[in-house]
Amino acid sequence: MYKISKEKLSSLFETISERTPLYMPIMKNGQSDFYLWQSGDEYCDSELNTVRSAKDLFFPQSENIISFKKEDRKITVEANEDSFKKFVLFGVRGCDLKGIEVLDKVFLAQPVDEFYAAKRDSAVIITAACSRPEETCFCRTFGVDAAAPGGDVTTWSDETELYWRPNTDKGERLTQELSGVLSECGDEKVGEIRSAIASKLEKLPLRDLSLEGWGESTVEERFDSENWEKLSESCLGCGACTFVCPTCQCYDIRDYDTGHGIKRYRCWDSCMYNDFTMMAHGTPRPKQMQRFRQRFMHKLAYFPANNGGEFSCVGCGRCIRKCPSRLNIVKVIRAFGGSEK
Amino acid sequence: MQKTAGLIKKRALELLDDGTVTRVLAWSRSEDFIYEVSPTFFDKGNIDKMIYDSFCAANLSKYLIRACKEQTEGKILAVLKPCDTYSFNQLLCEHRIDREKIYVLAVPCTGMIDNDKLKKAGFSGVTKVIDKGDSLDVFTPDGSRSVAKKDVLLEKCLCCKGSEPMAYDEKIETDSKPFETQDRFACVEKLEKMTPDERFAFWQGELSKCIRCNACRNVCPACSCMKCVFDNPGSGVASKANSDSFEEKLFHIIRAFHVAGRCTDCGECSRVCPQGIPLHLLNRKFIKDIDDIYGEYQAGRDPASRAPLVDYRSEDAEPSIVEERGN
Repeated sequence: MYKISKEKLSSLFETISERTPLYMPIMKNGQSDFYLWQSGDEYCDSELNTVRSAKDLFFPQSENIISFKKEDRKITVEANEDSFKKFVLFGVRGCDLKGIEVLDKVFLAQPVDEFYAAKRDSAVIITAACSRPEETCFCRTFGVDAAAPGGDVTTWSDETELYWRPNTDKGERLTQELSGVLSECGDEKVGEIRSAIASKLEKLPLRDLSLEGWGESTVEERFDSENWEKLSESCLGCGACTFVCPTCQCYDIRDYDTGHGIKRYRCWDSCMYNDFTMMAHGTPRPKQMQRFRQRFMHKLAYFPANNGGEFSCVGCGRCIRKCPSRLNIVKVIRAFGGSEK
Repeated sequence: MQKTAGLIKKRALELLDDGTVTRVLAWSRSEDFIYEVSPTFFDKGNIDKMIYDSFCAANLSKYLIRACKEQTEGKILAVLKPCDTYSFNQLLCEHRIDREKIYVLAVPCTGMIDNDKLKKAGFSGVTKVIDKGDSLDVFTPDGSRSVAKKDVLLEKCLCCKGSEPMAYDEKIETDSKPFETQDRFACVEKLEKMTPDERFAFWQGELSKCIRCNACRNVCPACSCMKCVFDNPGSGVASKANSDSFEEKLFHIIRAFHVAGRCTDCGECSRVCPQGIPLHLLNRKFIKDIDDIYGEYQAGRDPASRAPLVDYRSEDAEPSIVEERGN
């Protein structure tokens, strides 16, 4: 276990960013999101979650895959090599780390997504325990421990200190590089912080949200349920829930005509959009109810069916806060599950 | 407010019972969080779940577009706040909804709460809010605390257009007192006073947060195109992501132009933006310019009026006025 005074955090960040680009939650224009840290930037610890999750760093909203350039009669093809640059990610919450683990099952399964895999290999992930979990948090339902979130390095904060524990070889190597700014310490204080967090988690309103009734064997009966019409009634068909979600992983590939070439990029898609999985014959889900159902069935039924029972929601609570019509996965879980209020 | 909610529910039930309407469009709440209020259709089976209080910010008028198409017999009871009736009129004016199929119950409003502001003011786990005129008593498991209304109301409510509904078949009246409102153009004037570089930096900072989720567009009653140009792959501008930093501005600027003269300033765009982008500022700039150039005009006040941008009069300003004036 190591520690550093919170007053000296900027020297920690300075030391990391001298070698490797460093990303962390930073407040800009009133919202916290993951940005590249630059000297003078302040780590935003006041907001529990960034608006966009840490998935952006591995699976960005828009990513160039390849470019074609035309000069006279010659066409050159350039691959995007950006994914292979090392970076450090600081301040990742337990839910967002779990979100990345969900994405791993999708993008690192055969055939491996090279862009994603390269970024996973290049990154060192430093997590932050949640000293102040929010009322919308329900990560415990999905097996996340907000008091000990994991990653390559775990950090805990109290009023004055940041505690630092490397968990992996990558984390150890980074810690060695930081020997000038980190000092060794015992782990008693972290024990206290962990139990303080645990007692806060006990008091959260969604602490007992149960997934009883959801899981592998329920696909057919859920699909045909009459609940979906009512649940999706006020869905506007925007993509807010999918774009703030740490596990939504659907994407589209498009060509952008630059006038003197083509940029082929992939970008996030949203099952809430009416052109989602549009094919030559049209869309398989012409109604908003069907698209809404797709999103929640994917998280709570299809994904577990294909991944040994693991759900693809991590309980971060972003959809609770961000849906314009106040629809969210908790309402869906309750509508079907054993813990209906 | 509780009294008002009771009156609305009673009247809705009567109208369902006597067959005036077949269903009701209003709001319901989940049991988890006080701010989890969703637009909902009710019939006799679930009307007990209908609510009305200072968390019912969602403007219901746009839902009537789809509801009118579905409605084969009888009428829909639309519960509309005064500001929602402006959007209702505008949709009527644009022939997007069918007046014959709708029975409007106009309800009084004392301002709607912005949950993000409530959170910023340090409230968590809110269980109850009591309206005290210029302040609110907010109850949480830790006790109750008073907060100035102006600190926690939605932007659209701080610049309220007034308590008088612009359209209704029937209205619920209460003795609720109006609260102090702000000049809605003060924020535009602040932007106008900036240098072009400052203004560019302001919008760059705000719009670079955009995630292109389309919540602003999809909630907007003026955005009622059957197929949006941004959803049309054949248009050349369709995109699910911003391909560069120009495009993030392009989307919002095109949208603001498209709703210019039709935007009632209902404020839903800013309310729903997950990134807190003050999109209403773009619309208010257009409203202010239209007022300055063509005389004061409020979209949605009168469904029979001809909007300045689709009307021609010989005394109309020449388009070059914008160039001469400089902003």
